[in-house]
Amino acid sequence: MNFGPYFLLPYEFTPTVLVLCVLAIAVYLRGWLRRRRAGIKTGGWRVTAFLLGVVLMYVVLQTHYDYMGQHMFFLHRLQHLILHHMAPFLIMIAMPGAVLVAGVPERLRVRFLRPLAHSPAVRIPYRAIQQPIVAGVLFVGLIYLWLWPGIHFYAMLNVPLYNVMNWSMAVDGLLFWYLMLCSTRPAAGGLHYGWRILVLGATIVPQIVIGAYLALTRVEVYHVYAVCGRLWPISPITDQHIGGLITWIPAAMMTVIGMLVVLGRWIREEGIGPDRARAAGPNVGKEDSNACV
Amino acid sequence: MTFRCCASLVAASLLLAGLAACSGSAQWRTTDITGVMPDLAFTLTSETGATVHADDFRGKVKVLFFGYTHCPDICPITLGHLAAALRTMGADAKQVRVLFVSVDPKRDTPALLEKYTDAFGPQFVGLTGTQEQLRELTKRYRVAYSYGPPDENGNYLVNHGSAIFVFDRQGHVRLLMNRSDPTKAIAHDLELLVNE
Repeated sequence: MNFGPYFLLPYEFTPTVLVLCVLAIAVYLRGWLRRRRAGIKTGGWRVTAFLLGVVLMYVVLQTHYDYMGQHMFFLHRLQHLILHHMAPFLIMIAMPGAVLVAGVPERLRVRFLRPLAHSPAVRIPYRAIQQPIVAGVLFVGLIYLWLWPGIHFYAMLNVPLYNVMNWSMAVDGLLFWYLMLCSTRPAAGGLHYGWRILVLGATIVPQIVIGAYLALTRVEVYHVYAVCGRLWPISPITDQHIGGLITWIPAAMMTVIGMLVVLGRWIREEGIGPDRARAAGPNVGKEDSNACV
Repeated sequence: MTFRCCASLVAASLLLAGLAACSGSAQWRTTDITGVMPDLAFTLTSETGATVHADDFRGKVKVLFFGYTHCPDICPITLGHLAAALRTMGADAKQVRVLFVSVDPKRDTPALLEKYTDAFGPQFVGLTGTQEQLRELTKRYRVAYSYGPPDENGNYLVNHGSAIFVFDRQGHVRLLMNRSDPTKAIAHDLELLVNE
């Protein structure tokens, strides 16, 4: 494996990924600049988190990392950890809504994006998919679906199916973490923080179950990596064990961190007790950092 | 965003349903991968040093396997296994070509490849190519290969996939075989393809 500049070139060039990532960064930076000129500050960590999230997605999809992920199970698991957990988490915890809105040209937003977002063709499926239980089941279900041995086998051999797999993980990751971290505050009619914590909590156990199974079993579940050749000669079981650990521990930890973030907001916005709420006054939770859009 | 997600899910379920339908036929004894991978295509160097294309094998059932002649175990075992299967097929075996693609062109000269493959039988064809040609073919079939560190004599191991891809007379991908498949199963499936 060559780790020179060659490594940074896409293994399978997908213009869509390139265009979407460049567009996201361009719109974000434009919005950030325009807001700064108008005197609205965006926290440095938020800008960093958003950009890091987008860059991470790009790296795992459009560099030779993708090749490595196709030929080593644990690197594939790391790819999905980034696509489904880390990158969307970073993007959504940055609360990028307001900045992105400011970055989209006014005319495009009013004439095209807003009507599109409010059209029934978008609203209805979006609402259905973002029901808390549906979102939770989808989040865990996709992990199980693509790790199902028969399906995993074909996904690693068939290029279109492979792309659907990675896209579905990335898109579902964005939708899920948007709902958890970035959607409308409960005070403004959004999903209650209690629901969010419940959904996050419910996704932990099945993630631990599948991760722990792969990390502990002595049975080689995924033959496709031997069939297609591993990057370097490690035993299939070692590969699977590391992959299982990645599916188990960092994934579950990300979810716990998500729960803590939501809990923190809940406490901050609704107060721990009457004293705190009184002291904080009516402006609690109304600061800009909590407004995603 | 939502559209894309729905479209992905619909596409995924359709594909999976399609795959389930394809693998539903019970006639095959090895793994049916019809339509899963692209048709056979390559430009490589033959045992005589001439340039060959996949089309040069049109009309034959093609068995594609990657390896190298200095391979200590997997390659000779797999090729021996295929040879054993072909021996049970009688006249049908004449319609099969085993394309042994060496991913170690530095050591595997056309002459060496010819000597090596002849040991397994007349249907065995040794092929190799430039790194670029090999990368293109291995990428097409999602196969990885890499070189281990050389020892004091300059010998090194080559890390490669164990897949045996089978293509029908028209060059469409049909089956994925493994050296753990019994010779009877391999012979059975190759005969079916020869007589299609």
